[in-house]
Amino acid sequence: MKLFTTFAANLCFLCVNRKHCSYFCIMNAIENIRKLFPALEQEMNGKKLVYLDNAATSQKPLPVIGLIERMNSGINANVHRAMYRLSDETTALYEGAREEVRKFINAPERENVIFTSGTTASINLVATCFCERYVNEGDVIVITADSHHSNIVPWQLACGRKGAHVRILPLKDNGEWDMDQLQDMIDRRVRLVAATQISNVLGLINPLDELILTAHRHDIPVLVDGAQGVVHMPVDVQEMDCDFYAFSGHKIYGATGTGILYGKKKWLEEMPPYMGGGDMVGTVTFERTTYAPLPLKYEAGTPDFIGASSFKPALEFVGNIREGETGKEVARSEKEITEYMRRALREIDGCILYGDAENKIPLFSFNVEGCHAGDIAQLLDKMGIAVRSGMMCAEPVMTRFGTTSMVRASFAPYNTLQEAQYLIDCLKKAVKMLR
Amino acid sequence: MNEIQERENRIVEEFSLFTDWLDKYEYIIDLGKSVPPLDEKGKSDENLIKGCQSRVWLECGEKDGRLYFKADSDAIITKGIISLLIRVFDGQEPQDILNADLTFLEKIGLKENLSPTRANGLVSMIKQIKMYALAHAAGGTGKKEN
Repeated sequence: MKLFTTFAANLCFLCVNRKHCSYFCIMNAIENIRKLFPALEQEMNGKKLVYLDNAATSQKPLPVIGLIERMNSGINANVHRAMYRLSDETTALYEGAREEVRKFINAPERENVIFTSGTTASINLVATCFCERYVNEGDVIVITADSHHSNIVPWQLACGRKGAHVRILPLKDNGEWDMDQLQDMIDRRVRLVAATQISNVLGLINPLDELILTAHRHDIPVLVDGAQGVVHMPVDVQEMDCDFYAFSGHKIYGATGTGILYGKKKWLEEMPPYMGGGDMVGTVTFERTTYAPLPLKYEAGTPDFIGASSFKPALEFVGNIREGETGKEVARSEKEITEYMRRALREIDGCILYGDAENKIPLFSFNVEGCHAGDIAQLLDKMGIAVRSGMMCAEPVMTRFGTTSMVRASFAPYNTLQEAQYLIDCLKKAVKMLR
Repeated sequence: MNEIQERENRIVEEFSLFTDWLDKYEYIIDLGKSVPPLDEKGKSDENLIKGCQSRVWLECGEKDGRLYFKADSDAIITKGIISLLIRVFDGQEPQDILNADLTFLEKIGLKENLSPTRANGLVSMIKQIKMYALAHAAGGTGKKEN
């Protein structure tokens, strides 16, 4: 492979019009990205690992691994608390990461960006605090039918406490939102719409602009579950004009146990705090407590300050692979993989691809007639391929498409077309064994 | 040596013939295909053991102090492994079933299938078999309460 890369690099160097050698340019760009991910250099069941479960969690690049190691071994002191150099350093890294996140999603100020433990925690925070403040008996929260359990259960819990209801915006057969029904969903009882930017099962880029515009026309705020979305497309929360935006660190090359909640200041200021404890207070007496200003109001207790700090190198990495020539090659590679996978899956007899529409990220959930998803995943594992199978934390999506499980292959920029081709070859082999 | 141990040993011996995973899994798949499916009555909610990955149904009957099992799954590899478990347990006495350690699954290289994270219902199924055995040893039926 190394020899081949060198050859490709030389060829690209000589090549003036890149159209002539797009294959080598892509190979070269992806190979350079792969070098940053030591986890990809391993075997699974005696075969070279082909990691295609990126929608569940991504692998970590060297700068992220390096920062976590550096902080654990040398700069470990609690944030925002002490008057010594180490604590200052931790705080600088933690707040530096917050600034990086702010720039990345173009939030107006650092006060809009709250560190949480993940998308789930972010949505739970809003469900609890928003419903506490604004939702009453008989009110309604609208969620989209392609939601992950993390965008369903928190609303059911919060609505249950208030005697409110959850209403579902349904899906069309191809997995897209049924926008014709949106108008009927919105009435004066609706307090908030919680929408999935890209479903972890269907991989379709949803028409958020239209949804947000409609909701705002009725003065209804919108929360966006961006767990998959932020990984695959540029996000500008001001341009999108969402009221809340939630995502995780571990799916975007950062540490596990970290997440972000972006919120418009009006809501974050009006809502009550989520958890009480250290660092979220102004003054505490036994009679009365005042709260810290944003964003610390929502960051009770010692946060995972090392994990949170890894947002900086993680998002810098994402910035790098989205920019310039590398960005172009990555986009080209993802397009090639998506086109190939859709075509190849369609050619397999009895294969159903869920969310088979144009605006698709390289994420493919499917079933093959006569074969159980779990069996397919188990045989692929034996051939070195890591895919997800089961309900994928989205049982209502399974029910919508009349199944109890699916196989999902989700690609990251470090995955190659060759890996997609290997997946299809192995899938054909597995299907032959199972039928 | 009790009969369960003997049956386990025979399975280990059979599996020692396979030199690569492909042959082994082809054999397990064949086993899965050869198990007759449970009828609709057998596939009742009472018999259902739900996992995230696949579903398993287990039916238990008793005759002359011995337990008999029928099982089914929507996943064929799971079903193949189930057929091995039934081969080991079918017609055995409750106390022997309770004492069985099932190390044969590890010896034939299927240990990962018993990991709780696989969520394929197998771990719960073994637990349920042992529950039946425990209940029968104590004079009950071991049926799930829900």
